[in-house]
Amino acid sequence: MAQTAVDPQGGRSGTRRILPVLASIARFVVIVALTLLGLLAVTFFIGRVIPVDPVLAIVGDRAPEHVIERTREELGLNRPIYEQFVIYVGKVLQGDFGTSVLTANPVMTDIRRVFPATLELATLGTLIGSLIGIPLGVFAAVRRGGLLDQIVRIIGLVGYSVPIFWLGLMALVVFYARLGWVAGPGRIDIVYEYTLSPVTGILLLDTAMQGQWDAFWNALSHLILPASLLGYFSLAYISRMTRSFMLNELSQEYVVAARAKGLSEARIIWRHALRNALVPLVTVIALSYAGLLEGSVLTETVFAWPGLGLYITNSLQNADMNAVLGGTVVIGAVFIGLNLLSDLLYGLLDPRTRRS
Amino acid sequence: MLTFTASIRRNLIATTAAALLATASPAAMAATPPDTLVLAWAIDDIITLDPAESFEISAGEIMGNTYDRLVRFEVDDPSKLYGDIAESWTVSDDGKLYTFKLKSGLKFASGNPITADDVVYSLQRAVKLDKTPAFILTQFGLSKDNVAEKIKKVDDTTVTLETDKAYAPTFVLNCLTANVAAIVDMKLLEEHAKDGDMGYGWLKTNYAGSGPLKIRDWRANEILAMERNENYAGEKSKMARVIYRHVKESATQRLLLEKGDVDVARNLEPGDLEAISKNDDITITSTPKGTIYYVSLNQKNPTLAKPEVREAMKYLVDYGAIGATLIKGIGEIHQTFLPKGLLGASDEKPYKFDVAKAKELLAKAGLPDGFSITMDVRNTQPVTGIAENMQQTLAQAGIKLEIIPGDGKQTLTKYRARNHDLYIGQWGADYWDPHTNADTFARNPDNSDEATSKPLAWRNAWDIPEITKKADAAVLERDAEKRAALYRELQQDLLKESPFIIIYQMIETAGVRKNVSDFKLGPTSDSTYTFRASKS
Repeated sequence: MAQTAVDPQGGRSGTRRILPVLASIARFVVIVALTLLGLLAVTFFIGRVIPVDPVLAIVGDRAPEHVIERTREELGLNRPIYEQFVIYVGKVLQGDFGTSVLTANPVMTDIRRVFPATLELATLGTLIGSLIGIPLGVFAAVRRGGLLDQIVRIIGLVGYSVPIFWLGLMALVVFYARLGWVAGPGRIDIVYEYTLSPVTGILLLDTAMQGQWDAFWNALSHLILPASLLGYFSLAYISRMTRSFMLNELSQEYVVAARAKGLSEARIIWRHALRNALVPLVTVIALSYAGLLEGSVLTETVFAWPGLGLYITNSLQNADMNAVLGGTVVIGAVFIGLNLLSDLLYGLLDPRTRRS
Repeated sequence: MLTFTASIRRNLIATTAAALLATASPAAMAATPPDTLVLAWAIDDIITLDPAESFEISAGEIMGNTYDRLVRFEVDDPSKLYGDIAESWTVSDDGKLYTFKLKSGLKFASGNPITADDVVYSLQRAVKLDKTPAFILTQFGLSKDNVAEKIKKVDDTTVTLETDKAYAPTFVLNCLTANVAAIVDMKLLEEHAKDGDMGYGWLKTNYAGSGPLKIRDWRANEILAMERNENYAGEKSKMARVIYRHVKESATQRLLLEKGDVDVARNLEPGDLEAISKNDDITITSTPKGTIYYVSLNQKNPTLAKPEVREAMKYLVDYGAIGATLIKGIGEIHQTFLPKGLLGASDEKPYKFDVAKAKELLAKAGLPDGFSITMDVRNTQPVTGIAENMQQTLAQAGIKLEIIPGDGKQTLTKYRARNHDLYIGQWGADYWDPHTNADTFARNPDNSDEATSKPLAWRNAWDIPEITKKADAAVLERDAEKRAALYRELQQDLLKESPFIIIYQMIETAGVRKNVSDFKLGPTSDSTYTFRASKS
């Protein structure tokens, strides 16, 4: 998909330049559509074969048989599976993702509500992870075996091995309960709950746009701990990867040449080596961002964060398949979007991909 | 190089400092507002706000606070009924016609007056919609076709309800205290009705009631907010707002409670309860609930169908150990199928852990060396712990128990299809009358696979024509004392013969901040009245 980046060295005439672009856009659209359809199909069929009766989630354990049968019919669950799938896809094409049986809302309404919560958390988490992780990894590579390198190693080790659930609770105990530096679980204090009218659903943006700075700081104070926690895990990963990419770059001949030319060490590291290391790093960061955007069920549980991860998990456990499928499509779209974005960034960062 | 690392370091320090400053802003530590009661509770079971459909635990509590009904029971003595919107009621001599006289001058939260038309509409609507809890009303012989005849307005303040048989009046009235019999605002619902759905689509996420609190907002898995209903004629809510925050994790609830960011925490596990009991700012309140936990033996399995095996298994549960550790603070050992507090409930506990006795019974059944068996267990506490405990105690009599763990809905699906050997489950009273449990534990009118009614006795293929007859007689006994005696007899029968090993009755516990008064958990979910709580 790297070819989807606009080709700056296109043909001489206008049509010649546009045609290949159109073709690659068309190919991209087809690929996206097929990917999403495949995702839907797999999720749909998995959802129908798991040994949970979806009707049970709606009517509960106490429902008389005739209520169960009627509900099964209403949901179309008595039809053959392939027929159910065709009907479902037909509705999706008209933009109707169905209604969640657990929340009684249209699935997309639900997702519009829970996704911003996750987006806010994942974005800040990734920012923290990259802004600290990359320099940390660079220093670790430059002073290989030094103190910072050891620290990065320990951070990585802890990040990989400590359960996020435990670390989240510990962080709450220390920073919220003991020190009182941050606000506790939840997205915002109850006081602000009803003074705020949601626009984007991203509280930091909403409060800032409405000039409610008290609420803004409160939301940030709620956000900072879970975001730092997620940031820590992506930091652990990003700093390790940066370190190894940098080690690779620093052993290249152009670095020796640059040194011979008398360039300052800082210039060599930050302008030349890091720039090359950034190319694979973009993929690493994009993947870790996408991973966070799926929603981290455990973090959301500990921090009572009403995000996408909890929503999908809860729906899956109750066989609320409309919600699961809707969520899957959103996550699929996020992955495709981030893939596309990193491909575009590749084009910007690596002249070679532009030429191919 | 030095200058560069130094500047990066400076930048790092600057950003960290900025982040710390941001989080230390004074607004961060606001406690709950003085006019708002904030409760941390797992409210992800709510799937609708329509009382004619809602049948979940947390939804039950919300309905109890936001909707009125004809009659209610006293929280402190559930055997006493009082009129809610009914001023008085009478039962005809043949025991089939109930006449309710309504209080006058009552209003819904919307401002619409509460009339006999609303009462008739509400009860008929519940029967016509025929959602899960509708059986509580249809069991008096009401159906879509006859409900217009059976529930009628006599004049503006009088309503009659006709039943098909002369049931015990306690039974009929107890059923009318249930959420499904809540009174809804006809005018408001008809404004929002679509294709004659009686506002069903709209009410799933909206409110049309007259209770002391009204529902302001529900965001699934996030928050449910209620506000004082100023139109309420009775005891007004002390709090301007009551807000439930969805918090699933016990440890998180505990932190929020300790910091004062919530006033009440509702899902504390034994470990957290114990820690909180040492905190001077917090009190613990608890009430026995109408829910019992049991292990059942599928009678389709020929080994489990032997009476001696059924009895032996009852001796192989270490009730003492379970009570002292696994369910400490959240339950108390109970062995009959009627939870304490229901009419006729017996608190007899004839069984204790006795390996010798069990071995003797197994030898009598021709199984001196025991047998192998599976148990389907949900991945939650305390049932997992109880199952593991039983694994050890059963092994002492040579019974090899294999635990099959599963998600709640998964094990339930299997149970309902009668594909299990042993199952560990719970049963909560659907309405505050002994028939609710007798109907499921002690009745199985049709044991065939095609049965239309599938009570717990059916799920375990326990074919009991004689006991079913007794249970049917009990619900028709109009004398309350005689009726209680019939239920005591039924409990004796089940203790001896049934494939149900009843282990304990649930106790609901909550951690409450000291400045909150009159927060009391009710015996049923819909009788926990948060509107009575106040804060100082």
